[in-house]
Amino acid sequence: MASAPHGGRLVQVPQTTPDSPALAGFGESQRLMVTKETATTVANIANGVFSPLEGFMSEGDYLNVLEHMRLESDVPWTIPVLLPVPEDRTFSGGEEILLVDEGSRPVALMHCEGSFGISRQEYANKVFGTEDRAHPGAARALDGSSRAVCGRLKTVVRPDYGEYADHTLTPQETRVLFSEKGWDTVVAFQTRNAPHINHEYLQKSALALVDGLFINPVLGKKKAGDFKDQVILAGYKEILANYYPRASVVLSVLHYEMQYAGPKEAVMHAIMRKNFGCTHIIIGRDHAGVGSFYGPYAAQEIFKEFPDLGISPLFFREFYYCRRCAGIASEKTCPHKEEDRLNFSGTKLRKMFSEGETPPKEFMRPEVAQAILRFKQPFVE
Amino acid sequence: MTKYTSVSIPLTLHKRLETIISKKTGFKSVSDYVTYVLREVVAMHELKEVPEPFTSTDLEEIKKRLQALGYL
Repeated sequence: MASAPHGGRLVQVPQTTPDSPALAGFGESQRLMVTKETATTVANIANGVFSPLEGFMSEGDYLNVLEHMRLESDVPWTIPVLLPVPEDRTFSGGEEILLVDEGSRPVALMHCEGSFGISRQEYANKVFGTEDRAHPGAARALDGSSRAVCGRLKTVVRPDYGEYADHTLTPQETRVLFSEKGWDTVVAFQTRNAPHINHEYLQKSALALVDGLFINPVLGKKKAGDFKDQVILAGYKEILANYYPRASVVLSVLHYEMQYAGPKEAVMHAIMRKNFGCTHIIIGRDHAGVGSFYGPYAAQEIFKEFPDLGISPLFFREFYYCRRCAGIASEKTCPHKEEDRLNFSGTKLRKMFSEGETPPKEFMRPEVAQAILRFKQPFVE
Repeated sequence: MTKYTSVSIPLTLHKRLETIISKKTGFKSVSDYVTYVLREVVAMHELKEVPEPFTSTDLEEIKKRLQALGYL
């Protein structure tokens, strides 16, 4: 049986088309332009990825999340989901707001329940643990608006996932899929990377313990140096076609803006995958981290705070190829020194691919490396 | 923000819990410990009470899409 949705109910906001009469006739003062990333958040709320949220957070939920890592209803939640607004715009409770994209096309209709102020420094410190602008999430928070509006989404325009539509499944769809496959236990793998051998071992070690593996790469805005969305998907298609048992694995993408909030984001990743119906999630080394802002296993430690999360984390140490073991090993199973490990920094890997070279097969499957090389510029600039 | 209330438990149980949490369990107080344990218990109960998040019509449509995409 799939995991129950977070908070007990899979939220489904009614969906419509952009030319719906319900979305017409809104004046400038009732329209609010949102970024592409906020539009993605709207879609995630609408199809239940962020259940039990039905809209953008109220001040009460926001403060509770910052202080206690829980919604006001006591449901675990670690990163606020806010709708920032320009500081000179005012919205009153009870008003209907039409959210529009950067091309003025309707995104959603929201019932406004009020607005409130945000301390950007407090947000950065409590969510990311730092005000250092070298942290991409903290920098974004510090540069963001200090005002947010809250409210329930009444209806949303059906999202257009373009070239990724056929690889995008909603939580309703994955729940049916897992059930049809007869999977009682499903482990999720969150990634923002093209697959390396170490990821493959992580996934296969977890798969040995459960019925199915749900590989759910994150597509969306990322930091410079990360693999581009198309590259991640192309890499996964290759590795699945050549090295995975088709009956035990599902690949579907998640449209979501990475926050790089380390431990707190790891919990959010678990909550989202719980809503997709997963019973377990793989949490490896420095999950959702960036640079050296978080301890290597801080994202595993934080799960101790949530006995009621409703999805079980599977903790793994880092896998790598060890020359002396002559095979894939992990920090837990291998006694050898770091210099015996075959590893590549992001910088070295980027240089290698830009010069048309492929990493050794002990680091990356040749089919994956070839798929990456088919892209002129595989990395986010 | 989170509000709190009191729950009565036998004094003897409170003492036993104090002994447990004094042994480096990471809990700051008996209240923290009890909250943790109760959240675990409540979550188990809530798991059993969740209906399927789709109707039979939804189900057929979803299956058709999954088949068309090659997932089923």
